[in-house]
Amino acid sequence: MKTDTETSTPLQPDAPVMEKEMNRDPADVLSTAAGCEAEAPMVRFAGVTKCYGALTVLDRLDLEIARNEKVAIIGPSGSGKSTLLRVLMTLDPLTGGTIEVDGEPLTHMRKNGELVPASVRHLRRVRSKIGMVFQSFNLFPHMTALANTIEAPMRVHDLSRKEATDRARELLSLVGLEDKCDHYPSQLSGGQQQRVAIARALAMRPKVMLFDEVTSALDPELCGEVLNVIRRLGSEHNLTMLMVTHQMGFAREFADRVCFFSEGKILEQGTPQEFFAAPQHQRTQQFLRAVREAI
Amino acid sequence: MNSFFDLHYAAHILPALLRASLYTVLITMVGFAIALVLGLVLAILRRSHLKPLSRGVGFVVEFIRSTPLLIQVYVLFYVLPVYGITMSALTAGTVGIALHYACYTSEVYRAGLNGVARGQWEAACALSLSPWRTYSGVILPQAIRAVIPALGNYLVAMFKDTPVLSAITVVELMQQAKNIGSETFRYLEPITMAGLFFLLISVTFAQLVRRLEFRLRLP
Repeated sequence: MKTDTETSTPLQPDAPVMEKEMNRDPADVLSTAAGCEAEAPMVRFAGVTKCYGALTVLDRLDLEIARNEKVAIIGPSGSGKSTLLRVLMTLDPLTGGTIEVDGEPLTHMRKNGELVPASVRHLRRVRSKIGMVFQSFNLFPHMTALANTIEAPMRVHDLSRKEATDRARELLSLVGLEDKCDHYPSQLSGGQQQRVAIARALAMRPKVMLFDEVTSALDPELCGEVLNVIRRLGSEHNLTMLMVTHQMGFAREFADRVCFFSEGKILEQGTPQEFFAAPQHQRTQQFLRAVREAI
Repeated sequence: MNSFFDLHYAAHILPALLRASLYTVLITMVGFAIALVLGLVLAILRRSHLKPLSRGVGFVVEFIRSTPLLIQVYVLFYVLPVYGITMSALTAGTVGIALHYACYTSEVYRAGLNGVARGQWEAACALSLSPWRTYSGVILPQAIRAVIPALGNYLVAMFKDTPVLSAITVVELMQQAKNIGSETFRYLEPITMAGLFFLLISVTFAQLVRRLEFRLRLP
């Protein structure tokens, strides 16, 4: 446990203050011309629409996320929260609009000055800047914790087995599982499995981490160990994080910004202090009241 | 010759029947190896996003599964030479039975592939694994583990279908027993022994499959 000394670091919300993007002129949504690359947001959704058949899940959504910003996404089920992460991870194709990651178009690429749909190679390259942790863990059941963690670095980044293993052991000890390297997922608790999943995603050195209701499948008792790991990642590492969560307490304490989704749009967003103390919209107030009553 | 089961006669024909058994086992193993690989290829092609490809493969699989093996080996051995494709009886028989069972194993694989949770594909995608590695490293190890018993079933079924090849002059175990019987007009011993060999070998195959299943079981 070499990282033991560094635990309880107080959280420093050091992300730059975001400009209010809410009242942006809708006309400039499509002007995706790159500005200064260094100041480009880590993730930019521009006019993103996602439909499943006749159902519109994301409705011309605009959202910018700064480097190292921690954004909590909350809202009722079916409001498009998880879909936002899924289209960013390219698990689902977009119906319309564009996404940029780290100044590069994700689902499109620039060719002779025009945006064309991305090739499989381009998609894989840009996608590897993003890591994702799922509600249902999705560890590979036929691989040990260590094998799960070294798989992608060896196969995608061409690391040698030794390099990959050294780094995987570091990551597994970062999530407090250095003694579980040789355990199969079925031999681990839900919380432990989810921590392996976090280590596995981190092994690809992503710049953006997506957490999709990562504690929803866990006993309340096991939630804490996963949230502690996320807390430490946030305070000790340069990671941009987007998390869909129902843990309002965690969102309030951890996030730099809270976005409230309703019917495929961001209805309201702000710092956790503003957002939880004085929600503006009636729908938001109603949602927060319902969540509080449920506890 | 008047005893119910003539042991001397049985001992006399034993070597010929053993040779035929070995021959039959070899046909089965070669045929099944082809069926295992080809069936997997067919199953993956059938999942292709290219509609003409997946439909074409689906049609071929259904066609072969829905026609008798006997007709297929007849076509391979007696009809294809008319079009200039000539194979020995052994080759035609092995290819025929392998093709036939590849279509059955492809359906087994398809069930196995469908049984792998969607989250596994998504996790592989989120880790940027290539399509090849997604299949070989993540999906197939899970899909195949789940269908080993069903594949084992088809191994035994295929072995018991080898007598069909006697129709195209392949002298497998059953044909050998019949030949011996027609030489001496005593069918009891050769047919009984052939049946016993089929039983013993089928049980052995089933045991081997069960052992493989046990060895690959996940903790």
